[in-house]
Amino acid sequence: MSGDTFFFYAFSALALLGGLGTVLLRNAVHCALALMTSLLGVAGLYLLQGAEFLFAVQIVLYIGGIMVLFLFVIMLVNLDQASKLQQFGRQTPIALVVALAAVAAIFSMLSKSAVLLPASVSLTPLTGGNTETVANVLFTDYLLPFELVSILLLVAVVGSVMMAGKRTE
Amino acid sequence: MITINHYMAVSAALLLIGTVGVMTRRNIVVILMSIELILNAVNVNLIAFSKYHNQVTGQVFAIFVIAVAVAEAAVGLGVLIAMFRNKGTVQADEVDLLKW
Repeated sequence: MSGDTFFFYAFSALALLGGLGTVLLRNAVHCALALMTSLLGVAGLYLLQGAEFLFAVQIVLYIGGIMVLFLFVIMLVNLDQASKLQQFGRQTPIALVVALAAVAAIFSMLSKSAVLLPASVSLTPLTGGNTETVANVLFTDYLLPFELVSILLLVAVVGSVMMAGKRTE
Repeated sequence: MITINHYMAVSAALLLIGTVGVMTRRNIVVILMSIELILNAVNVNLIAFSKYHNQVTGQVFAIFVIAVAVAEAAVGLGVLIAMFRNKGTVQADEVDLLKW
């Protein structure tokens, strides 16, 4: 087994087991830690695919930023008594049936993907580092979406402060 | 040999785990975490195809997906805090004011 294969299976196992833990564990703090494991596995998959910049973004932003936000909120809303309640809603059996149908559909598609996939195209040979290439494309071809995303983030920040902040009448 | 199919399979599995989490869990914090799982599954797929076609456009899209995920997490958690303050619960099926 070559290094690539080994690391692919290791990171995939990390991502999938972490995902299962997120969905199945009772205590919300444990769920957050399992999600962190899963995000770490996904970050490893990025690295294996040569997306070094996204690997760093994933570590800094997801594991460093979003997870801290989640843990803060978990402590704010005091989930101790929530972890003693019933964790799965009444629609669970239906949801599992739907999910199994989706598993069957998606994996039967995947087994035929050799026919369905378009051939690999390589229009522009990549030169320079990954971060440099991503920045070049981001700031030329996708400049307008980039600016729109910054507006979206601004709106999200203002909105979440509005909703979470204390009302002083 | 690891092909793009392997990555697509991992991505699909992660997506389905996240979907099951969104549909079955009652705790809204965990539902938001499952949404993060779904968005990560999308990103794995985008990165795999970016490598497959030897272009970085997929990675640029993944950056946009991450930005939207951050906005979604911030707004979602803000709504959650407001809801906890007003209703004192974080269980999704106890918020049924509009149900008859």
